[in-house]
Amino acid sequence: MNIFGPLWLSIQLALATTAILLLIGTPIAWWLSQTSSRWKPIAQTIVAMPIVLPPTVLGFYLLILLGPDGAIGSWWVQLTGSALTFSFAGLVIASCIYSMPFAIQPMQNAFEALPRQMLERAWTLGASRLDAFFSVVVPLSVRGFVGGLVLSFAHTLGEFGVVLMVGGNIPGETRVISIAIYDHVETLNYAAAHKMSLLLLAFAFVVLLGMYVFNRRWDSR
Amino acid sequence: MIRLRHKLTKGDFVLDVDAEIPDAGITGIFGESGSGKTTLLRCIAGLERGASEDGLPAHKRNVGYVFQQPTLFPHLDVRGNIEFGAKRAMSNRVDGSQVIDILRLGSFLDRKPDTLSGGEAQRVAIAAALLRSPDLVLMDEPLASLDRARKDELLPYFDRLHDELSVPVVYVSHDIEEIGRLCDHLVLLENGRVTASGDLFDVLSRVDVPLLSGRNAGVVLWASAVEVEDGLTKFHFADGDIWVPGVFATDAAPLRLRIAASDVSICRERPSQTTILNVLRVTVDAVHRVDDAISLVRLDAGNQVLLARVTNRSVARLELKPADRVFAQVKSVTVRH
Repeated sequence: MNIFGPLWLSIQLALATTAILLLIGTPIAWWLSQTSSRWKPIAQTIVAMPIVLPPTVLGFYLLILLGPDGAIGSWWVQLTGSALTFSFAGLVIASCIYSMPFAIQPMQNAFEALPRQMLERAWTLGASRLDAFFSVVVPLSVRGFVGGLVLSFAHTLGEFGVVLMVGGNIPGETRVISIAIYDHVETLNYAAAHKMSLLLLAFAFVVLLGMYVFNRRWDSR
Repeated sequence: MIRLRHKLTKGDFVLDVDAEIPDAGITGIFGESGSGKTTLLRCIAGLERGASEDGLPAHKRNVGYVFQQPTLFPHLDVRGNIEFGAKRAMSNRVDGSQVIDILRLGSFLDRKPDTLSGGEAQRVAIAAALLRSPDLVLMDEPLASLDRARKDELLPYFDRLHDELSVPVVYVSHDIEEIGRLCDHLVLLENGRVTASGDLFDVLSRVDVPLLSGRNAGVVLWASAVEVEDGLTKFHFADGDIWVPGVFATDAAPLRLRIAASDVSICRERPSQTTILNVLRVTVDAVHRVDDAISLVRLDAGNQVLLARVTNRSVARLELKPADRVFAQVKSVTVRH
């Protein structure tokens, strides 16, 4: 029995999710941090929903949405010829939505902590908005980025309910480590469940510890 | 000349400015708090949307901005902060090493902003704004966040920038003394509108401007130090002389003196027994009633003008009217040094 297969799949899923969330979460977090639009509370609520919803509820709607008859799923079938549900790609989409608040909120907090004048100074010194974002905002929000990325990575790694609902249990495709552990417990294979659980425990500990050590070093530079 | 034309409505406040300022020297913008000084600067800089006809954003306007609080970029050292604007400059009209020299920044180029004092940080912020080679530098009360000692320390740098660089500056302040000391041109702002604008010396000697009729009233003039005696310096002033406590270099370029209207009193006859050193023979030029109690009197002292802030009762008692020959007692004088 291979315990590293499911772990590796989990890591791949977490890496893909984190990368996508960095790309789409950053502009959303920036918009939320700067806007005074009356739509802001609604957008914030939607972003925060996955924190409070049971994964089964989220998973259920995603199953319908991503299924071959769903809005996104049918379009995917037309595009690629295969279904999104019970596939790795489907898992990535589900994970992105599920882990979104964990990526966005730390970044948004970091952006909001930047004095407005810092930006205005960059603009009056000739930096365009994009230039100012990369030359001033990003270097001063490193903590927020690291926090957002580590949390969404770790959160995706520990995902269970949503994967079960939209991904099922296909080895090498959707059988991530949390599902594998659940399987082993169901079949009373406690030895294998132990090994995997311990592995995940250690991994999560190291990742989070790494983040907190980094934060500490960063602050005391 | 530089045309300033900006309109902006923010809640109840309306800014509506259409003025021209010279494209050289320092133009002071003076007004009470809430008069729209900072808003006007922000409009000129392009930081307020829709306030200018061209609609250009801040980074496309070649305008430097020095904020009241020097917010340097904490992730860059002093060099990085100064070069931020230089790297994005549209021209290299301003010589970077000259600015660093004038502001004496050479020794801490490698330091981080959080190791600088408030005055040092403001000098770095000024250098950064200048190295953008702007057509105009806007300064929003750059000394207001500093204490008296730091202010006095920083003021000579402004003099040197003024004398050695050709970049025009707009300098906002609610401190008329600061304006009188630094500026060449003056714009008065009240409730979002320009109420007077012109040469500093001319605007300050007007008696009909409400903003300058209270404790802000006073004139600024040029005078040369000629003699030092008993710890006092004698300045040549119009028809007479003025003695000022302190020692100033004689035979140097003329210095700027400020005489507040509240420090000038008027006598019909030359006072003999008085502690006031400076008594000048002057002619009443105009008497302007400010309110029920106070009048401003403009006095012609040869080629210079003085303002005196006196009570209406005194004006009546002395029967002051234009063309009267009287004596002005000057109690105190501030010298730019």
